[in-house]
Amino acid sequence: MDLAAAIVTTPTAPADWLVIAPVVVPLLTGALLLTIRHHMRIHGVVALAGLALSAVCSALLLARVLAEGPIVMTMGRWLPPFGISFTADTLGALFALTASIAGIVCGLYSLHDIDMAGRRYGFYPFLMLMMAGVGGAFLTGDIFNLYVWFEVFVISSFGLLVVGDDESRIDGAVKYAILNLIATTLFLIATGYLYGVFGTLNMADLVGKITAAGPDAPMMTLATLYLVAFGMKAAAFPLNFWLPASYHTPRVVTSALFGGLLTKVGIYALLRVLVMIMPAERLVLAPLIGWAAAATMILGVVCALAQSDMRRMLGFVLISGIGVMLAGLAIGGVDGLSGAILYAIHSMLVTTALYLLAGLIGMQGGGFLLQRLSGLYDAAPMLAGAALLLAFAIAGLPPGSGLWPKVALVKASLDAGAGWLAAAILVSSLLTTIAFGRVFLLAFWRAKGEVEALEGTRRPPPLTFVALAILVLSSLAMGLYPEPFLGAARYAAAGLIEPSRYVEAVFPGGVR
Amino acid sequence: MDTALSAVVGLFFAAAIYLMLSRHIIRVLLGVALFGNAVNVLIFTAGWVSSETPPIIPEGVDFLPGPTANPLPQALILTAIVISFSFFAFLLVLAYRAYQDLGTDDTDGMRIAEPKSEDLPPMGY
Repeated sequence: MDLAAAIVTTPTAPADWLVIAPVVVPLLTGALLLTIRHHMRIHGVVALAGLALSAVCSALLLARVLAEGPIVMTMGRWLPPFGISFTADTLGALFALTASIAGIVCGLYSLHDIDMAGRRYGFYPFLMLMMAGVGGAFLTGDIFNLYVWFEVFVISSFGLLVVGDDESRIDGAVKYAILNLIATTLFLIATGYLYGVFGTLNMADLVGKITAAGPDAPMMTLATLYLVAFGMKAAAFPLNFWLPASYHTPRVVTSALFGGLLTKVGIYALLRVLVMIMPAERLVLAPLIGWAAAATMILGVVCALAQSDMRRMLGFVLISGIGVMLAGLAIGGVDGLSGAILYAIHSMLVTTALYLLAGLIGMQGGGFLLQRLSGLYDAAPMLAGAALLLAFAIAGLPPGSGLWPKVALVKASLDAGAGWLAAAILVSSLLTTIAFGRVFLLAFWRAKGEVEALEGTRRPPPLTFVALAILVLSSLAMGLYPEPFLGAARYAAAGLIEPSRYVEAVFPGGVR
Repeated sequence: MDTALSAVVGLFFAAAIYLMLSRHIIRVLLGVALFGNAVNVLIFTAGWVSSETPPIIPEGVDFLPGPTANPLPQALILTAIVISFSFFAFLLVLAYRAYQDLGTDDTDGMRIAEPKSEDLPPMGY
């Protein structure tokens, strides 16, 4: 009997084990943290070391993928499509690296933000488990496995959300948990149908099988189900109501992690499934995605204008940014998709930074209410500088990182003849500028004593400012020197549109 | 068999969605439990119910002797059951805790995170 026909006979090259490192490292660190649960003081440092190692592995992985094309590792020695193939292409590796950078920064900030009680509730193990789930979602090449990673990070996000005891936290968690569970179940429904129709769950295998499928295959039903499921995870209008109900309730560092990473996994899944696996259906759904994108952008930022709590305002600003990424998905092509990918990377870093900024403002000013904050420009000029740069970045003004993806998307939508989508991007950017201009005006420029100041102000510890500064500087670097980022995003988009290298990496001898 | 199971899936989904539309968390949770089971039956049906023979290769042969049951949907369902069960357990505890803390299981009354009357931000200063 020829064993090579059934199982993998050549072991994976040691360097290719990098593919699973962004999952295995956080997972093992999380397990290690559970075993040292009686030494809460070193929890933060151990977690930070794990996050740093995982980020180094992600960076090496990205370098290798850029140099050599997609890297594959198939589990359990079953030949694909039977074994689960972890497949890192440029898109996945890029997102995994950005996510782990946001993870490190949140780890740094959490050293101060998470007290002993929070640690005892298991903040750090949950954090590591969530990072493993997010990394797995970015790197897996099997759609059912993608569902499993979704559930891994969703259940650990439940744990993070309810750390601490506060009534509003429980209230937010109920809505977050139920609606997210429904979204992932919709994902599972679509995957069940997909398996029923094609008999395979391997993404590379699906690419070929769907191209070859006749008109009888219920492709539109599948694509629409995936759009609804991932749109709900990404918080696209009208499926976004769980986000503003919950994201402002947990500790600031948890909000920063959720805001930076979780919605972007939804965007990633949309890109992967609709662009790479079901391109013909994406084309049919494009007008619908475009309108949803415009509505998400405009309504998100209009709601942000009506908020007086900074953290709730950020939730709506985050939703507005999701609309910008969906616009890229609606336009399609290398131009539109690379704009969406670049915006997603920018958004992971800047949204995380904005929540951390809110945390620093909360410490320095004593609260989050715009009515009561004042005089921060005098009290903390460095913080004011960081806030201004981040406001420019999120609004898409130079020298922030939001400028280039928005330029790319406006140009792509004009080229595609969708002037209304370009107008929506520009109007939402203007309104975002106004929203952050007002924060700056009230919290920073308004002189102390014009309103009754809040109690309990304290100077933020230097470490929290270092965490914020890392993100501000990376955003600035992306804004001032966008070439490598733009190049990587275009490369990732091209790999999605023309996945032959991805398929070739999973099936070296061609699909059998 | 497939037709009957498809009808069961439809009924499960209908009942689950009806329950999840309720304002009361406990009914929503019953809906969520039913929703998860509906998906499990769906995956089972989608994998084609064909044969009851277990897919085991006998000794001395290299291939399956005849039509056997498809093992993959069962593996998928097993994973899905474990996940939905753990989620349901978590949600039950969360709902009970919410009932203790907020004093209601009516979602209309759960407005602590998003208060009904919140001042608009200042229009100027």
